Amino acid sequence: MADEAKAEGGGLEFHPMDQFIVEPLFGSGPVAWYTVTNVTLWMALAIVCVVLMFVLGTSRRAVVPSRSQSIAELGYGFIYKMVEDITGKDGLKYFPYIMTLFLFIVFSNFLGLVPTAFTTTSHIAVTALLAMGVFLTVTVLGFVKNGVGFLSLFWVSAAPLAIRPILAVIEIISYFARPISHSIRLAGNMMAGHAVIKVFAGFAAIAAISPFSVLAVTAMYGLEVLVSFIQAYVFTILTCVYLKDALHPHH
Amino acid sequence: MATETNEAAGAAAPGMPQLDFSTFPNQIFWLVVTLVIIYFILSRVALPRIAAVLAERQGTITNDIAAAEELKLKAVEAEQAYEQALADARTEAAKIAAETRAEIKAGLDEAIAKADAEIAARTAESEARITEIQASAMENVGVVARDTAAAIVAAIAPGTAEEQAINDAVDAKLKGAR
Repeated sequence: MADEAKAEGGGLEFHPMDQFIVEPLFGSGPVAWYTVTNVTLWMALAIVCVVLMFVLGTSRRAVVPSRSQSIAELGYGFIYKMVEDITGKDGLKYFPYIMTLFLFIVFSNFLGLVPTAFTTTSHIAVTALLAMGVFLTVTVLGFVKNGVGFLSLFWVSAAPLAIRPILAVIEIISYFARPISHSIRLAGNMMAGHAVIKVFAGFAAIAAISPFSVLAVTAMYGLEVLVSFIQAYVFTILTCVYLKDALHPHH
Repeated sequence: MATETNEAAGAAAPGMPQLDFSTFPNQIFWLVVTLVIIYFILSRVALPRIAAVLAERQGTITNDIAAAEELKLKAVEAEQAYEQALADARTEAAKIAAETRAEIKAGLDEAIAKADAEIAARTAESEARITEIQASAMENVGVVARDTAAAIVAAIAPGTAEEQAINDAVDAKLKGAR
């Protein structure tokens, strides 16, 4: 109420972060782990999009594909080739897992671009879980597949013996930094873009700046469309690279 | 009123909502649910289906190419057969033409010979008749000449005419004319 009074007073009010608030979908109250929130809604919409494109879109199983089937096949081929190129033939077992990550991120990012939408991938909790999932899977897989030999990932045999211990320390630090960079990159990109759009939109309240503001929002939106795809792509390709390290730890 | 305002301000999150740890369990729970659902949709339905479609398409393309190759071979064979048939037909036609020509020539020769014979026969006949006509014409000329001479003599010197003398004179003249 105090805020409203302030806004009516004519001052500029920016709430660029309000769009990221997690709130219950029905009624109000504390957010328990089982509460149906806007997170639930937009994740469910992501599932709906996956179903629409990959189940309904391909339901005719046409040899000569329809448009939606073409897009589904294109997405399939894109990720399949990525996994095959980076991890090799033995990485193809994990293709559904990587495809799941890619589709969830790409659809969440694009759904986040719908005006008034909630962007699930802008939350560090979500991306951290995704990144930790990748990190733990890759680490466990590396030890299961290669045993202690997985540690040779940190022992750069191409370098001179004297600097190998130093390199090993650096490699270990970079290895444990992976999930952090992996998750913050995605969440940071999504959050920053959406916040900037909101800030520009806030300037539209001033008549003199509003044309520039609308133009800036449009430009940012175009950039965000790019970023949405690129970040999903980057997350997926890094997952493939980490998976390759687990399957073939020798440099 | 005052508490309400405070709550509203708290909900409006002065900092980053991303760092509001009270919402983490909620987000993590729904994320896990979502990922599991997407994973099962993809691995059970979507990906096998797309893989099958792609494999089928690859198979169709391969089959079509093989079929096209086969058809091409057939076309080449057919062309050869056609060429063979054409050559055979040409030889046959030449043979038939030669035979026909020989046949026609034989018939023609026969006809010509026959016609020649007929022409010769007709010519002989005609010559005989011409000769006959000539003879009778000469005879008639003699008769006319004799009659004319007798008439002329009778006109010039009536009663003196001797038929025998006039005939001899006319015959002598006619012999001279011949």
